[in-house]
Amino acid sequence: MPIISYKEAAKRAIVEEMRADPRVFVMGQDVQSGLYADMVREFGDERIRNTPISETGFYGAGIGAALTGMRPVVEAAFSTFFYSAMDQIANQAAKSRYMFGGQACVPLVIRAHVAYSMAFAAHHSDRPWGLFAQVPGLKIIVPTTPYDVKGLLTSAIRDGNPVLCFDDFTLFGSTGEVPESDYTIPLGMADIKRAGSDLTIVALAAAVNHSLAAAQLLAGEGISVEVVDVRSVVPLDRQTIVESVVKTGRLIVVDAAPGTCSVASEISATVGETAFRHLKVPIRRLTAPDVPVPFSPALERLMYPTTQRIVAAAREVVVGRGYA
Amino acid sequence: MISNESGAVTTERAGPGKRSLSNDELHEMLRRMLRIRLFEERASAMMSKSQLPGVLHNSIGQEAEIVGACMALRDGDYMTGNHRSHGHPIGKGVRLGPLMAELFGKSTGVCRGKGGSMHLADFSSGSLGESGIVGSLMPIAVGAGLSAHLRGTDQVCLCFFGDGAANCGPFHESLNLAAVWKLPVVFVCENNGYAIHSPQQQTTSIAQIARRADAYGIPGITVDGQDVLEVYESVSCSAADARAGRGPTFVEARTYRYCEHSESGGPPRPPPYRSEAEIAAWRCKDPIEKFVGRLQRIGALSAQQFESIRSSVQEEVEAAVRFAEQSPMPDASELLENVFV
Repeated sequence: MPIISYKEAAKRAIVEEMRADPRVFVMGQDVQSGLYADMVREFGDERIRNTPISETGFYGAGIGAALTGMRPVVEAAFSTFFYSAMDQIANQAAKSRYMFGGQACVPLVIRAHVAYSMAFAAHHSDRPWGLFAQVPGLKIIVPTTPYDVKGLLTSAIRDGNPVLCFDDFTLFGSTGEVPESDYTIPLGMADIKRAGSDLTIVALAAAVNHSLAAAQLLAGEGISVEVVDVRSVVPLDRQTIVESVVKTGRLIVVDAAPGTCSVASEISATVGETAFRHLKVPIRRLTAPDVPVPFSPALERLMYPTTQRIVAAAREVVVGRGYA
Repeated sequence: MISNESGAVTTERAGPGKRSLSNDELHEMLRRMLRIRLFEERASAMMSKSQLPGVLHNSIGQEAEIVGACMALRDGDYMTGNHRSHGHPIGKGVRLGPLMAELFGKSTGVCRGKGGSMHLADFSSGSLGESGIVGSLMPIAVGAGLSAHLRGTDQVCLCFFGDGAANCGPFHESLNLAAVWKLPVVFVCENNGYAIHSPQQQTTSIAQIARRADAYGIPGITVDGQDVLEVYESVSCSAADARAGRGPTFVEARTYRYCEHSESGGPPRPPPYRSEAEIAAWRCKDPIEKFVGRLQRIGALSAQQFESIRSSVQEEVEAAVRFAEQSPMPDASELLENVFV
């Protein structure tokens, strides 16, 4: 099976859908000279469409095109640019189907880079998957591996709903096996990336890789860790998460976003509500603090869960005091 | 605008949109204007007795620009509205029953009771929806135009918005995007002079909003929005240009709403921001009276025909109210339906 990068796998998903379905097109700022430069010749500048720096304008145009029979993929560059078009995402894309009584269908994908831990400072570094999960009507995917991003993005483009895809920029260069053949990963299915019996770690984006590294280290100490990759924030695969915790009796949730009202909060609440009696120790959340992202690398490196922090938390949860 | 010997009305302006209107078409214009007025008067009366939930934004006084623009479209064309938007689907020919039922929050409403007064939509008639957020559907209209362009159809999207929207970001982004991509969109600015309660001169840097079109390199025209034929002619020409690939046009229709910005249950409040004399002066230029008078002068409408149209519309409105009243409220199961496809 060919080994390709995350970035290439994501692009391959979109290009293959464009070949298969004339309704699919890409628009965004500088797409003709950036990610899709080598695709303009095949698809033309109508379907690889450069936009002005005009988020409200071209996100809204994506919604309008989706409402009238097209399947746009909007390349949004940074996730924080979503805020410039918040009305289009939260009021229009998300609500049109419900508010118009099921008449509307918004098959739209909006992709954004989540570029934290790169000294891009506060205006380019947010991880807002939890923020948008508060908006009913949006599906949200956060892939981790090349295999997952290709399968999830393909499903997202074929889906009839608005899907936000948050691409963790730190994963773009990571590589993995991706089949040549057509395949999809259904939205709403978590993935057990490593099986274990003492502790469940639920994570998303690059935190999955940090958790896997931690699990490897902990295995040497005799601690068996199960790592669940969320993959899809909306819909959230609560069943897989709860079943894992029922098995292990311990849960750490790792999320690089700020902790308050976060995906980590939602997962913790779900387990607390449905699997409380199976918990041997309290749930732990490893998240970013509730602060904007600082510029200085000396400060930013304190922000996010790392392999070392996950290992330390796991030791406390598994061999520590338990219920105090 | 002139009348020919047979009494039909022909547009003066030469152009691809130029065509004669038959008496039947003129009567249909009148019928739709009356539908809007009587529908909204009835809704307003019910709201004042707290018989409707929520809030209404009525467009009584603006019927000519709505119907003139809507009737310039073809059946397969698209349209986006705003918060003051009962008239837009009515102008496009949507049946009154499901619209009225929507104001009641009933399951037979055009949006199954999920949208209400500010969010009417009828996709089967090309109405892509309305919005409680000023200016927010302008980019979506551009997207409908982009879709028509990419699919190679000659569909046009008519984008309604008010003078208040002309000062918000989506307005500028949408005009630029539609212009730079030469998309088939007709922007119709329903300039009723007030952004909620603030007069235009307080909020807008220029008096003639259509001049802003020049900044985006597209034609901008200001028309008498109380003259249904002038609006029809202008939007017809703009739509024809759009279909021919000549890009978007900006039509500013000068109009006026007689009623308050919004109405909810309880007695109406006096308008401290505008004078009774101003309202009275605009009522003297009432778009329906003006159109009826004109049709009668050219012999295109007898008193008997007018009465017949008026009473049939009155009956349509009453039938719509009966339909709404007799319809069931949405079942509890509807609450969770249609979040996703």
